Amino acid sequence: MSSTAEIQTGLAEILEEVAGVAPADATPEKSFTEDLDVDSLSMVEIATAVEDKFGVAIPDDELGGIKTVGDAISFIEKNNG
Amino acid sequence: MSDATIQLPTGAPGAQVLGIGAYRPRRVVTNDELSQVMDTNDEWIQTRVGIAERRWAGDGESLVEMSVAAGQQALDASGLTAAEVDLVIVASASLATQIPGAGPEVANRLGLGRPGAFDVNAGCAGFCYALSAAADAIRAGSARNALVVGAERLSDVTDQTDRSTAVIFADGAGAMVLGASDTPGVGPVVWGSDGDQRDAIAIPQGTEHITMAGQAVYRWATTKLTDVLQEAMDRAGVTAADIDVFAPHQANLRIIELMAKRLGLPESTVIARDIVQAGNTSSASVPLALAALQESGEATTGDLCLVLGYGAGLTFAGQVLRMP
Repeated sequence: MSSTAEIQTGLAEILEEVAGVAPADATPEKSFTEDLDVDSLSMVEIATAVEDKFGVAIPDDELGGIKTVGDAISFIEKNNG
Repeated sequence: MSDATIQLPTGAPGAQVLGIGAYRPRRVVTNDELSQVMDTNDEWIQTRVGIAERRWAGDGESLVEMSVAAGQQALDASGLTAAEVDLVIVASASLATQIPGAGPEVANRLGLGRPGAFDVNAGCAGFCYALSAAADAIRAGSARNALVVGAERLSDVTDQTDRSTAVIFADGAGAMVLGASDTPGVGPVVWGSDGDQRDAIAIPQGTEHITMAGQAVYRWATTKLTDVLQEAMDRAGVTAADIDVFAPHQANLRIIELMAKRLGLPESTVIARDIVQAGNTSSASVPLALAALQESGEATTGDLCLVLGYGAGLTFAGQVLRMP
């Protein structure tokens, strides 16, 4: 089971790989669409990568509710281990 | 009970592609033109789907007419006479007329005599399913030479005010002529379906326009289908290093590029990006993509191509083939 810090770091890696987001920008209050220029198709790639990295599946109907980096971290934490 | 045994023909050791043909409608529709009639712009379309322009069919460009044009070009390229083709399969998901189907009329207009003729509806996987059926028919001895056509008029079934589909779906036809060969020129098919996702790409009952759950389809295409592509290579006894050309269904440029990346294709592999100019032409997209690469010289005789159709159903079919 990963700690919040581990989740945040892991998610930052994913964001950099999928969407070219600089790690320093992947902070909890940032909105995927508004601040990080991540569109809904990239969100699918992020969900796939999250499943590979953390074993946590994010179905399409839940993905819509994940607006910020913080939302993603909370979701992973809640469903992790 | 009769003692008679059923005989089977010898058939052929393999099937090969003898010629490729294409028909692209006259009317070019740019992103800027679409931006005038719906809330979209060139930048959004290019980043999201990878399309710069697409073709919409008009008068004289019915599904049958486009099929005949592409088929004639493939036949000319093949070196065969019309009389030598004894099987025609038309793959399409947008046939406005169901009775009769398109196959026999296409065969008749091409002057092909009286070949076996039928249509295949397998969404955007139609061409690869039809290709497999034709190659198998040749190997089994059910046909000597076959014409396979992928043709669509998706603009007929697209809501021109819905930016999530109107910028994507387009029209065109591609064709291949196949014949027998001593060594296989078409590899074994890998096919399958996920019918639990039948609503992901559908014309809902009582309506006339395609709706698509973009995220669900993107997820399916970028996760499940990498294994299929790998299996198509494994079954043919080839590896990613052997692939000269990668031509998956041109659904979305980002899907194509993710698939190529996940497969670990060498830098030298040519990746089909016909979607940039053609849009998403469903069953026509694979043969159109290969025709474009042949025309540009990026794909040449003998090149080993990995192709995959995937889409509405959801369903998929893929195989390797050698360029004629």
